[in-house]
Amino acid sequence: MGLEEVKQKKKRKKRGRFVFRVSIIGALLGAVVFTLVSNIQADNTIYRAGDQAPDFKLQQINESNERESVQLSDLEGKGVMLNFWGTWCKPCEREMPYMQELYGKYKDKGIEIVAVSLDSTELVVDRFVDRHNLTFPVPHDTTEEVRDLYKVGPLPSTFFINPEGEIVEYVEGALTLESLEGHLQNILPEA
Amino acid sequence: MKGKKCECGHLNPEGATLCEACGKPLEESQQTDASGKKQLLNMRYDGSARRSQTYNKSIIDKVWNFFSSVKVGVWLIVLTIIASAIGSIFPQEMYIPADAPNRDPAVFYEDRYGIIGLIYFQLGLHNLYSSWWYILLIALIGVSLVIASIDRVVPLYKALKMQKAKRHESFISRQRLFSETEHVSEADLEKIKGHLRKKRYRLREENGHILAEKNRFSRWGPYVNHIGLIIILLAAILRFSDVLYMDEYVWVREGETVVLPGTDREYYIENHDFILETYDEDDERFSEAIAQEGTIPRNFQTNVTIYRDSANAVAGAEAELTPITEDQIRLNEPLKFEDYTLYQSGYQQNEFTSMSFKVHETDDPEEEALANFTIDLTSPDGVYELDNGFRVELGEYYPDYYLDDNGIPASRTDYPRNPAFVLFVYPPGSDTAEVSFLGIGKNIEPTGENEYNVGITDFEMRDASGLTVRVDHTLPFFGAGAAIFMIGVIQGMYWHHRRIWIHPKGNGVLLGAHTNKNWYGVEKDIEQAIDGTSINMVKDQQEKDE
Repeated sequence: MGLEEVKQKKKRKKRGRFVFRVSIIGALLGAVVFTLVSNIQADNTIYRAGDQAPDFKLQQINESNERESVQLSDLEGKGVMLNFWGTWCKPCEREMPYMQELYGKYKDKGIEIVAVSLDSTELVVDRFVDRHNLTFPVPHDTTEEVRDLYKVGPLPSTFFINPEGEIVEYVEGALTLESLEGHLQNILPEA
Repeated sequence: MKGKKCECGHLNPEGATLCEACGKPLEESQQTDASGKKQLLNMRYDGSARRSQTYNKSIIDKVWNFFSSVKVGVWLIVLTIIASAIGSIFPQEMYIPADAPNRDPAVFYEDRYGIIGLIYFQLGLHNLYSSWWYILLIALIGVSLVIASIDRVVPLYKALKMQKAKRHESFISRQRLFSETEHVSEADLEKIKGHLRKKRYRLREENGHILAEKNRFSRWGPYVNHIGLIIILLAAILRFSDVLYMDEYVWVREGETVVLPGTDREYYIENHDFILETYDEDDERFSEAIAQEGTIPRNFQTNVTIYRDSANAVAGAEAELTPITEDQIRLNEPLKFEDYTLYQSGYQQNEFTSMSFKVHETDDPEEEALANFTIDLTSPDGVYELDNGFRVELGEYYPDYYLDDNGIPASRTDYPRNPAFVLFVYPPGSDTAEVSFLGIGKNIEPTGENEYNVGITDFEMRDASGLTVRVDHTLPFFGAGAAIFMIGVIQGMYWHHRRIWIHPKGNGVLLGAHTNKNWYGVEKDIEQAIDGTSINMVKDQQEKDE
């Protein structure tokens, strides 16, 4: 074996080793990145900020509101505060007066407040609505389908949806008057 | 690449500690120690060069070498163990108690455990198995497993494939089991060869040098085992796919029909009946166990109907349900339909569905009913018109009554577990109502002047069944991985790689032997192989040294 030949062989071997190691490490890196990315996506389940809000249709049960049913897609062009709540949930109850106060202020500026009730009995909701003099639409999600669709965890949970139907913000937990007004400003349609 | 040339003429790659061809020690570490005492050879990977030791130039090589290190692998495992241990100090997110004042993890941990709880939450320890750094640790263990295995199995395979029957004298004499015999006849050599063959050794000869070897495949056990582990890790990655894996939980009350979560609102389930059976307390066979444990359940069962929604309209809109299957789900006997499996996973008993009342005169000792009415707790009415002109208005309804911090009646949950009512009773022809507050074990009239009293006469209850909804096509992969893992363990554990070298020297022979485990076994083999010959029995040189 000549010296040249040996050198050639060594070079080939070195190249082969490099290609082998790069492909193994590449495949492993790919698997690790895929796992981490999938995990992050699994955490932010389905519809959150930046996503198009999925459509739903529910019976509206607040007698002080003229709507019979609420379908989200009908509200396009309006900023929508989509609130999930229950009568038994104390933080939900605390934010209701703020919602009512701001509903009066922003209703004519193109904002709709949709407070989806997750209660199972309508009577309890009626009494609650009367007690708090609520006038915004209260759709009744008796089968919890919409809750499942939006993957709502703790109550209250609120989605702020812009006039184009895109979720701008998602808030878990109760809102204060100031923070609520700030969120509403963000989804205000342009006059 | 600098190589090392052995005196037999073979050029060995850098990092080899024993000559690939003749087995002569190449490295200082394999030579005699300072006191000049003869040392045993380190036979790990047969003295071959792990490839990571061979090259260390480019960044790729450096990454490769890092993960090839067993030390790195062990540290990754130790870190994972420590993280897992810390993760068990406080409850994981899914085990935050249902009665916690605020179940939002962002609030709960700090609220209950203070600053340490906050750190615990922020590090993602509350949801350990999904926190990115924990997954990264596991993934790096996987990377280490692949690279470390490749880096060892390839040179070991080559070394064992390349090995020659003829070895250097010092290779034989420095094996742990060794003997030297001055005079050995041809007949004795034939005899020992025959014995070894009978013991299923495979023999190779080279100018009178003999290598007898058996069960080399047991050396691949650890690597087969690692392949199994890697398949298990890949199966875990497959679980991220919604098509291959889905795991949801649903509560269905008796008589209710609800959407099955995770099915894109395609399927609905109706709970006809939840059944909890217990072992018969009068049966003598069980009397001892029951005396010790109390009531023992023997069956948890839900009778259900599954429906498909053919309308498939937007969420919340009316569904058009067609029944597709009717079945019973029992613990460990899930219901399977399409890709879905439903498991009996939980139950809640004794939710109220309806309560019946009677109205009677307060001062009537007989409490004779003047009117009766029943409130359906799943959809109570606002007003009840009764016999004899009575009218009852349901002022307030608390499904799960308690007094809140301000002493005001409220409901703890949405579920009728402890129903309570504020009733306005309008006596016949009257426009003024008498107020009554009724609940389980409570019958309060605020004024104490009510002419009529309302009493609970009857109630109905129902159970709720908790079902796990699961799609799992990844199980076969886990099964395959686990099986391969086990095969690898068995392969490495129950067979032992044994090699016996016979090296002619003058009129006699040197005899050396090596095994990866069970030295007693190979000694026994030799003992039986030399039976009836003049060859000396080997001595355990390691024992001698101690």
